Amino acid sequence: MVNLEAAEKQTITSFWASVDPAAQGENALQRLLYCYPWSRRYFAKFGDLSTISAIRKNSHVRAHGHKVLSAVGDCIGHLGDIKGHLAQLSKLHCETLHVDPANFCLLGNTIVVVLASHFGAKFTPEVQAAFQKLVAEVAAGLSRKYH
Amino acid sequence: MTLTAAEKSCLASTFEKIAPKAEQYGSELFQRMFLGFPQTRTYFAHVDTSANSPQLSAHGAKIIASLGKAIKNVDNMSAALSDLSDLHAQSIRVDPSNFKYISHCLLVLLAAHLKADFTPQVQIAWDKFLAAVSAVLTEKYR
Repeated sequence: MVNLEAAEKQTITSFWASVDPAAQGENALQRLLYCYPWSRRYFAKFGDLSTISAIRKNSHVRAHGHKVLSAVGDCIGHLGDIKGHLAQLSKLHCETLHVDPANFCLLGNTIVVVLASHFGAKFTPEVQAAFQKLVAEVAAGLSRKYH
Repeated sequence: MTLTAAEKSCLASTFEKIAPKAEQYGSELFQRMFLGFPQTRTYFAHVDTSANSPQLSAHGAKIIASLGKAIKNVDNMSAALSDLSDLHAQSIRVDPSNFKYISHCLLVLLAAHLKADFTPQVQIAWDKFLAAVSAVLTEKYR
């Protein structure tokens, strides 16, 4: 679907070296759950997610955000075949988790916003474009095995 | 969709930070959109879309000014932006799917410049506001 050029792969890899999957992962999931409250439908087991302070205090959110962003980091280790790498996770999200793939784009864009606020002006339009391709590819990989 | 009083106030105070650099940020907004979502370039085939294009910075500044007008008239956006709604419906005719790209790129721009000040509360205010603006600009399409 999207082809990452060599320069874009390098940009992604070098910026990712300064990403803390625990901190930024928690930030991204907090923002998703707060800004797009319908996404909470998938996290009933997490308990209270009704306010920003409840979301911030929620240890499940912290743990899960870390898990999700680490998984994105794993994709960066497989930039040549993200779709293949995500085949099992795709089946999981379809058959077990029953997540609407629209949420993958929502979380992907939320991750881009978090990276922008983390890196500031260094997150130039060119850097953003590389990461937009990455999150699009991850979303495509996660929805590929849906049936 | 309704904005709370806190959200309206947040929009106004964020806007004060970006208004002084309307041309710079307007130009950056376009670069983020064209590079991140290349299909949006199709609406600007007649324009110099290079990074330092004076046409783009002038146009970007206009967009930011219009957002400022929308914020000032946030309880009555349909009326305040009526001319822009007409323009988008009759002349510009941007496919409605594109508004989410420019909206997302504006959120990224704000995040890059406000950094930690771009809190989830600021994000939700702008996200709701931009969705409302997009709805107003497409409301006369048919």
